[in-house]
Amino acid sequence: MASGQQWVLVEMVQAFYEAPAYHLILEGILILWIIRLLFSKTYKLHETYKLTEKEKEDLIEEWQPEPLVPATSKDHPSLNYVVVTGPPSHKIVIDGKECINFASFNFLGLLDNKRVKEKALASLKKYGVGTCGPRGFYGTFDVHLELESRLAKFMKTEEAIIYSYGFATIASAIPAYSKRGDIIFVDEAACFSIQKGLQASRSFIKYFKHNDMEDLERLLKEQELEDQKNPRKARVTRKFIVVEGLYINTADICPLPDLVKLKYKYKVRIFLEESMSFGVLGEHGRGVTEHFGVNIDDIDLISANMENAVASIGGFCCGRSFVIDHQRLSGQGYCFSASLPPMLAAAAIEALNIMEEDPDIFTVLREKSKQIYMDLQGTPGLKLVGVPFAPALHLQLEKSSGCRNSDMQLLRSIVDYCLEKHVVLTLARYLEKEERFLPPPSIRVVVTIEQTEDDIQKAVSCIKEAASALLK
Amino acid sequence: MTESPATKPANGEVRVKNGLKPERNGLVKSLHRCHERQHKHHCHPDEEEVHAASHHGSLYKRPFIESFEETPMLVAVLTYMGYGILTIFGYLRDFLRQWKIERCHIAREKEEQKDFVPLYQDFENFYTRNLYMRIRDNWNRPICSVPGAKMDLMERASQDYNWTFEYTGRVVPDVINLGSYNYLGFAENTGPCAESAAEVTVKYGVGVASTRQEIGNLDRHEEMEKLVAKFLGVESAMAFGMGFATNSMNMPALAGKGCLILSDELNHASLVLGARLSGSTIRVFKHNNMQSLEKLLKEAIVHGQPRTHRPWKKILIVVEGIYSMEGSIVRLPEVIALKKRYRAYLYLDEAHSIGALGPRGRGVVDYFGLDPCDVDVMMGTFTKSFGAAGGYIAGKRELIEYLRSHSHSAVYATSMSPPVVEQIITSMKCIMGEDGTTIGCDRVRQLAENTVYFRKRLREMGFIIYGNNDSPVVPMMLYMPAKIGAFGREMLKRNIGVVVVGFPATPIIESRARFCISAAHSKDMLDRALSVISEVGDLLQLKYSRHRIQPSSARPFDDNVYEDIDD
Repeated sequence: MASGQQWVLVEMVQAFYEAPAYHLILEGILILWIIRLLFSKTYKLHETYKLTEKEKEDLIEEWQPEPLVPATSKDHPSLNYVVVTGPPSHKIVIDGKECINFASFNFLGLLDNKRVKEKALASLKKYGVGTCGPRGFYGTFDVHLELESRLAKFMKTEEAIIYSYGFATIASAIPAYSKRGDIIFVDEAACFSIQKGLQASRSFIKYFKHNDMEDLERLLKEQELEDQKNPRKARVTRKFIVVEGLYINTADICPLPDLVKLKYKYKVRIFLEESMSFGVLGEHGRGVTEHFGVNIDDIDLISANMENAVASIGGFCCGRSFVIDHQRLSGQGYCFSASLPPMLAAAAIEALNIMEEDPDIFTVLREKSKQIYMDLQGTPGLKLVGVPFAPALHLQLEKSSGCRNSDMQLLRSIVDYCLEKHVVLTLARYLEKEERFLPPPSIRVVVTIEQTEDDIQKAVSCIKEAASALLK
Repeated sequence: MTESPATKPANGEVRVKNGLKPERNGLVKSLHRCHERQHKHHCHPDEEEVHAASHHGSLYKRPFIESFEETPMLVAVLTYMGYGILTIFGYLRDFLRQWKIERCHIAREKEEQKDFVPLYQDFENFYTRNLYMRIRDNWNRPICSVPGAKMDLMERASQDYNWTFEYTGRVVPDVINLGSYNYLGFAENTGPCAESAAEVTVKYGVGVASTRQEIGNLDRHEEMEKLVAKFLGVESAMAFGMGFATNSMNMPALAGKGCLILSDELNHASLVLGARLSGSTIRVFKHNNMQSLEKLLKEAIVHGQPRTHRPWKKILIVVEGIYSMEGSIVRLPEVIALKKRYRAYLYLDEAHSIGALGPRGRGVVDYFGLDPCDVDVMMGTFTKSFGAAGGYIAGKRELIEYLRSHSHSAVYATSMSPPVVEQIITSMKCIMGEDGTTIGCDRVRQLAENTVYFRKRLREMGFIIYGNNDSPVVPMMLYMPAKIGAFGREMLKRNIGVVVVGFPATPIIESRARFCISAAHSKDMLDRALSVISEVGDLLQLKYSRHRIQPSSARPFDDNVYEDIDD
């Protein structure tokens, strides 16, 4: 064996001698090339700007971050809040002055209701204030279960789920269903909590013009064509329409029957946010579905807060169990947050009792809304935005000065004038840089059933006076 | 070895005792460690490193002992097998359901919508359907009393293997509550807090029906915010109606495009959501690991933003005081040192630590004896120690002024309910001693004592307990999926309510039970709970620890020697 190896070696050396020179040179170059390839790094990009420790230290020394927050000027319009002493109900004390409230969303006047307070007190005596835990971990109280079943019964749906914060309700519900890759069609006037829900869902968002069903249908058709091109993708892409019942930003109502038609035509699910219409519209206060006589089962998910008409805290979603139950494990604001304090749930139950016992209050509210709507027509320089039966209307400037700040200033002076006369109004507040479609500046006029004929007349004449004095 | 100062920026050396890479507990590591452990059976005192003794002692005024005993290999293997078997059976049952051999309890889609794109992907709910459903009775147990040291549960029964529950109408009375976050025992229906909340209810009602910026800013809100600022020792504070939303709605106001958020890997969902909504770049560092954080900081500043290489506008470090699933306490002195060195900003979420840590109950800053001004954004919740609801952000005046004008919550969300505000004011005054009593002080002390006692006893029994010695959140490892359900049920049978958690709240093999200690727990209650835990632990063979400490009552707690690894 050893001799065999030796033989091979000898042969190699011989071949080396016999080979022509050019061959040797070529082979030598090839070997060198292989060595080079072996030892060179695959990616050189990094090498070119490798910094020494010293340079790194210098860079770190050099870096100056921006301040955590930009300085807020002392006279920023939304920095100094008005201070309310005492309950924010029909009679409200602002900066020490008793006024009539035309600004809180206390539509049914339940905030100051004796029965509601008594039930809340009884609950407080039994459970204390806080729940000290999320729903999963001993934060579910019998009151929560009762409220959920009562809400489901009230809305005539299979199931309801409650959240401890109104804003978080729709903002958690949307991302529970719609994920990356799914498509959501949204009305441009959708409120901020919907916008946050859309953002959290990371879905593909398509905005249609406010209440414009043709525009929506155009988008749906576009999508249908797209789907036909790629049917495999279309089979797993969920599609949703997200609308509000009564829009908080425009005070008008969504054309729900048309939406339902589009829903079945294009196979899109509808999510409906009813914070302004729950406990307001419909014969029994069930909201837009009742108002239009739409079967509530045709709406996949309805969400509303219990902070306006119900005058408690929190929000809820209702619909079929197939849809709603999913949130119990996937609704972030439901799973990861402490549950609603039982006394607030008890207050909401009592509010539902009152609403069920006396459905006339909804008629009264609508009548008053219509009256204010009629009375405020023809205010000089101001235009009233909204539908006549909406309890939270907007007064906008007829002619904008072109500058948002000066418009706001003008409207604020009207609000201040009315405050002098003991009528509380408020400017509708928005985060101007964050809103997707910023609504024009406006004054909110909120109707509640507690406002008497006199109160309404006083408010209307105040607004008209102010407008004619200040808007010229 | 105890979680120790070796994880230090200064000496820049990851503690790799036994030549092992500290990773999160996992099978691979267990395999490594198992044979290396054989020759060093019990821990020796020289293995223990306590901060006070090290050259970083200057940062820590008291021993910082945190333990995460690694998963025994056999247990890890069995746990994976358990999940394997469950998954196989899951598929089998899905198959049977599909062929209508087994009854399907799942709510179905409406007939008219059958041809819509399915709302859920089939695999999406596999885990819920086949694993969670088996032990669903351990969660959402409804209670019908104050969530205090003892609570009454509504009895429920299921005829269809947890798909639906029926309430029998009976009450399970006086269950010892080891689940609620009632750290200082302010979940009460009597006493000064409940009384003043009742008064406010009568006067104000429960709702507000407007936002802070419109006309929902009550005098009570202003008073509470002043008190919170005073309590925390900072210039100014602002409160919000929901703890979760405090994070998710305010982080976008603080950071945006071109900013970098460095987030602990175990941060709460609300912080993750807030960071995501802000639009900043998010990078995640290993849990409580200071090298990992420093490395990210250094790289971030040196390299700037990806692709453009522009410098970052600002860097925000986001950490929690007590991590609610690990029971660990943030290494705040080191985080502050790093933040100062690299000029980053610090966002500290004290959801679980405010009230529950520190000699004066001022949270983790107080615990380490640091200056609250070194933390740029102090965030916390009122749900836990204060027995109320909501959250706060506190810090410099400019920060709060900015939030008052730019926070999503202040502009769009209804303000806090007045009785809840009152509960916060009264309980906070009590902790501060402003009510003229020492009740608050006593409770803070009692909680610290209860915590140390409870943790020590569990260790002595041989359970694997995670987290810091001083953390009132006590996670006890169960590992196997079947034991999650069994432990919860056996404990309830013996009238003790505990929280059990598994995947996805924890890593897949690290299922655990979590006890939350309260100042309201008396020694008798804790002893009763401990004896029951021990009994159930024997029954279910949960005493996994191979480094059981010898019981001795005279030994101060920081002498306890046990082995563990860091994360």
